[in-house]
Order: sequence, then structure tokens, then C-alpha cells
Amino acid sequence: MLMEKEHNFAVNEHGYYGEFGGAFIPEMLYPNVKQLQEQYLQIMGDPAFQLEVDQLLKDYVGRPTPLFFAERLSKRYSTNIYLKREDLCHTGAHKINNTVGQILLAQRLGKTRIIAETGAGQHGVATATVCALKGMECIVYMGEKDIERQAPNVARMKMLGATVVPALSGSKTLKDATNEAIRDWINNPADTHYIIGSVVGPHPYPDMVARFQSIISQEIKQQLLEKTGSELPTHVIACVGGGSNAAGAFYHFLDDESVKLVAVEAAGHGINSGMSAATTQLGTPGILHGSKSLLMQTADGQVIEPHSISAGLDYPGIGPLHAYLYKSGRGIFMSATDEEALHSAFDISKTEGIIPALETAHAFSVLDKMEFDETDVVVICLSGRGDKDLATYMNYL
Amino acid sequence: MNRIDQLFATKKSNILNVYCTAGYPALTSTTEVLAALQNYGADLIEIGMPYSDPLADGPVIQQSSMVALENGMTIATLFEQLKNVRTPSASSDTVEVSVPLILMGYMNPVLQYGLEKFCEDAESVGVDGIILPDLPIYEYESLYRQLFETHNLHFIFLVTPETAEDRIRKIDALSSGFIYAVSSSSTTGNSKPIEGQSAYFEKLQGMQLKNPILVGFGIKDKATFQAACAHTNGAIIGSAYINELKQNSNIDTVTKEFLKKILA
Repeated sequence: MLMEKEHNFAVNEHGYYGEFGGAFIPEMLYPNVKQLQEQYLQIMGDPAFQLEVDQLLKDYVGRPTPLFFAERLSKRYSTNIYLKREDLCHTGAHKINNTVGQILLAQRLGKTRIIAETGAGQHGVATATVCALKGMECIVYMGEKDIERQAPNVARMKMLGATVVPALSGSKTLKDATNEAIRDWINNPADTHYIIGSVVGPHPYPDMVARFQSIISQEIKQQLLEKTGSELPTHVIACVGGGSNAAGAFYHFLDDESVKLVAVEAAGHGINSGMSAATTQLGTPGILHGSKSLLMQTADGQVIEPHSISAGLDYPGIGPLHAYLYKSGRGIFMSATDEEALHSAFDISKTEGIIPALETAHAFSVLDKMEFDETDVVVICLSGRGDKDLATYMNYL
Repeated sequence: MNRIDQLFATKKSNILNVYCTAGYPALTSTTEVLAALQNYGADLIEIGMPYSDPLADGPVIQQSSMVALENGMTIATLFEQLKNVRTPSASSDTVEVSVPLILMGYMNPVLQYGLEKFCEDAESVGVDGIILPDLPIYEYESLYRQLFETHNLHFIFLVTPETAEDRIRKIDALSSGFIYAVSSSSTTGNSKPIEGQSAYFEKLQGMQLKNPILVGFGIKDKATFQAACAHTNGAIIGSAYINELKQNSNIDTVTKEFLKKILA
């Protein structure tokens, strides 16, 4: 879970990755954010805490998740493609790696009430799940539009005992759910911990969430070593909205320059269609949800409402680590349209017998746009399963 | 001399600061609102620069911001509107505004406008102070402090009941103009009853800070205004006034009636 040595892409003491990051928060949030900044590394570094996280990840989440050699897909692209099966985590996506860590952290901080934002509902479900496990009150903010398009996850959250509050402002999607969660935290600073679901938000959230998700690349390394004799792949491919599964899948490879880190954004109807969520292509430096990063915005600095068919990628920003990977050239940023993602979802279902989440499907769409050698080892982070997207998929059957 | 300093040099108590959203209720109503607020007794005016994602604001100011943005309000337009408020030409029907003006907003639109240009333009139209609640001390000190000072703009920080005493002292050292004391940790328009916060106000009063203190959040009528003024230099009204503007489109009448009740 933790890096033994600091890598080249670590945050500095003020929470910056290069020019991106920081903690742009109103004074009302200062005590809570300061407490986290001062204590997260210490708590995460405590062996007793690590043991508790590891046990839950093993016995409750079902880790390690398999690294599966996708034979038919590999044959098609004449290379070696491995799928990191985060879809097999309890609750159906990688999101729970972070919520398990944060709920234990919240307990250490003496918090009794948990809030979260959610887009596709996967983070909301993962948060509701760990709250049920620990007997904590759980309030999940979700855009009204997302509540409609991710109905099964809304039902799951309710069944798990969470209160789902619709975000009615702005574009009524993930951005607005995040605003509402932050406002809740401002109004309830003493008893509440905010479990952010992605590598966004004020420092230390981007770093903390990346560390909790870094179990993904930690396992990939060990599993590749067993399967191929080398712990390094040539490529790691992951979809990026805020960027938590990508951050986790990239984390332990950040300093290995030979590993190409491919982040796939949602192009929506096309990058220049006006209906897109490809932040690195369309964004400029800006501040949203407490950190400086790349942001889709007007010339006047108003945040643009993005579009993606997948609620989890429908976000106008990107985590500051990813903005830095983009700017520094360490990350390769590509994109997939709604149509390409849908096509991939059906293709992967038939080719490998795995129905991926719409978000995850974007990662597969770039295979056609890349060239691989026969000896390449390509790892795709299969971040979530597609059960929640059946209503969308059924329109295309 | 900065108009905020002039004000506090002559008036020490019961100072009334009223917030309005630029471009609300109509794009062109900004200067009319300023004139009315000045006429009916506001000692300072805080002008909100609307933003699509105002994190510290509750529903009332969120809604006014959204309307203002739909009306087409931008920082550039606001500076254009404020261009002549300090020195209206004899032929125009613009009323001269002489009370201190403070711009309040969020970092992102200001960043896109360009911090340096923002400070230059704010100074040139006669703005006296700036409130950017999401600009942290670290970035203020390391990047922007010089810029605000060069342009004779007071930078006003917030403190809350949860702000530790050493941090209040640090904020006092960095602030100029006044300190904005948030009455309880909340978004605007959603604060806990102000009457229960007198211990916090007394604490601030007892700290002998170099800056005057104005209390904001939860000030909505005469009783809350007086409760805030009992231990501090004055108070700031925001959501309650915006709510009045929402109910009635006659800006002059609404403002007159509203301020009369507060100051009666």
C-alpha cells in the first residue's frame, strides 16, 4: 500500500505535483483538511493500520484480484494482453480499495458520519458498503441526472443503508455532487469525514487516494513477475475521469520510464463536438474542488459542463497527478468516444466473456489506435464490471 | 488612503456591509443596487463575482450567481460597469458611489482573468478590497501578496469559530482592511443561530487584533445585526438581501425597506 521510497512524481509538502495540486479551500474546511494533511501519512504508515487494511482487502474485498491473460484479445493484436480484474472486487470495481482505507482512517480520526460524492455510483456503493460494515452513517451525493442513468447502484446504496441525496445544481452530474458533498462538509466539520472517490480534491486527497489505490500496481508487479519473469510491463492502460484507477495502476511504475502509461479519457461525441469530457485535450489550468489542475472552462473561468455516456468519466477536471503526467509527457493521453466505448464493451464481452463497465470500456477502445510488438506486455486495468450499465447496453442489443 | 481605512478611522461600531451579486437581478442592475445600498445606509458594499461552482455558498447565492451568469455577467463586464461609479460624468444618470467597494469571488475566474490584470483593473475602477475565500494563505503569501499591496487593495481573510488562536493571529498579521469573522462553520445562508456565538465574538474582541472585525453568515435582520455588533465592529448581510431582491424587482424600494428594518 505504501511506497518505501518517494518517487519522482510524489507531491511536495504543499501538495503540488509540479504546478498542479494545492489546497484551495475556504477557511471553514481548514481544520479538517489540515488534520488530514498532518495525519494521513502517519496513520497509513502505522503497521497496525496496514494490517487492518490488508486483512479487509483480502477477506472482504477479495484481493489480490487476478491478472488474467486475455488470449483471444492478445492473438488479435499479436501481442500479450493482461487484464487486471478490478471488476472482481467486492461491489464490482476498484473504488472499494480506497473506501476500505478511508473508513479505517475516519475511525482513527474519531469521525462518526461519512459523506461521499458519486458519478457512476460505484464509489457511492463502495462507500455505503464500508459504512454498513463499520456501522457508520452514510450520505451519498449524486447528480440527479446520474441517479436516473445508474438506477441499480442507487438501489444498492439504499439497500446498504445509505441516504442518497440528489445534487440539483449545475449539470446535475459528478461535478455538482462533489460541490454538494463539500458544502455538507463545511456545514458539518466536527463529526464528518468526506471520502472522496477519486484522485481529486484538496491536498492530501489526490495523494491519499492514489496510495490507497496503488495496491493495483503493487499486485500487477508481483503477478507479472510470476507469469512473465519480469515485473515490468511495456504498457499500462487505464480509463481516466478524475483518475483513481489509473493512478492506482500507474503508481508503482511511475519511475520506470520504460513502462508506457496510457490514460484514456472520454471524448463523448468527439473531442471538438462540444459534448466531451477529454480534459487534457480541452482543458486549461484552473481550480476546481480544491485543487489546481487542468479544467474544462470558458475564457471567463466558468466550468464547462462535460459530456460522456459513462457517468464515471463525466467530469470537467482531472486529478493533479494526471495533469502533471500529461504536462511532463510521462503519461500518454488518448481518448475514446461514446460510440467506440460502446463498441468495445460489446466486443470485450464476446471476446473474453467479461462485461466491462462503460468507463472501463474506454480503455479497450485505444487498442485499435496503438501498435504493439509481439513481445510487448500490455496491462489493461479492468476497473469495473458492467452490471450497472445494463440499461444502457440493452438499448444496443 | 484606502476607503476601507477611512471608514474604520471614523466609524468603529455598527458598521453595515451588504453583499450583492454582480449582474443580479439583471445584468445592468449592478450600479443601481450599489447606489441604493449606499443611499439607504450601507457603510461598505461587497460585490460578488458570480462563479459556476461557488463552494462556500448556499442555495440563495448559488441561484443568484447562476442567474447572473445566464445574464452574461463576467469580470470584464463588471469592471466596465464599475468604470464610472467613482466619478460619473455630469451628463449621465449614474450616482456616484463613495462607500468602500469589495470584490468577493472564487479563485478560478480571477485566475483566468489574470491576477495582475485583475488587480490593476480593480484599482483603476476604485475597488478597495478583495475577498477570495478559496485562496489559501500559502499561495497568497508566496505568489500574490505583493500584487494586492502594490495596487492598494486590502486582502480580507476569513476566520471561523474553529480557527485556532495562533492562526487567527497569523491571519490578522497578513490581513488588511478588516477580518471577516464567519459566525459558524457553514455555507452562506445556513448558519447556526448567531445568538449562541457570543463567546466566539467575545474571544475575538479580547484578542486585541490590529484589524477591525466584521461578522458574516447568519445576519439577516435587526436582532442578528445587533447581536453581531455587540462585540465586533459590524456585520455583513448577504443571502437575506439577495432573497429580498429575488422577491421584488424594484431595487430602490426593496433596498430601502430592507435596510430600514436593519438600521431602525
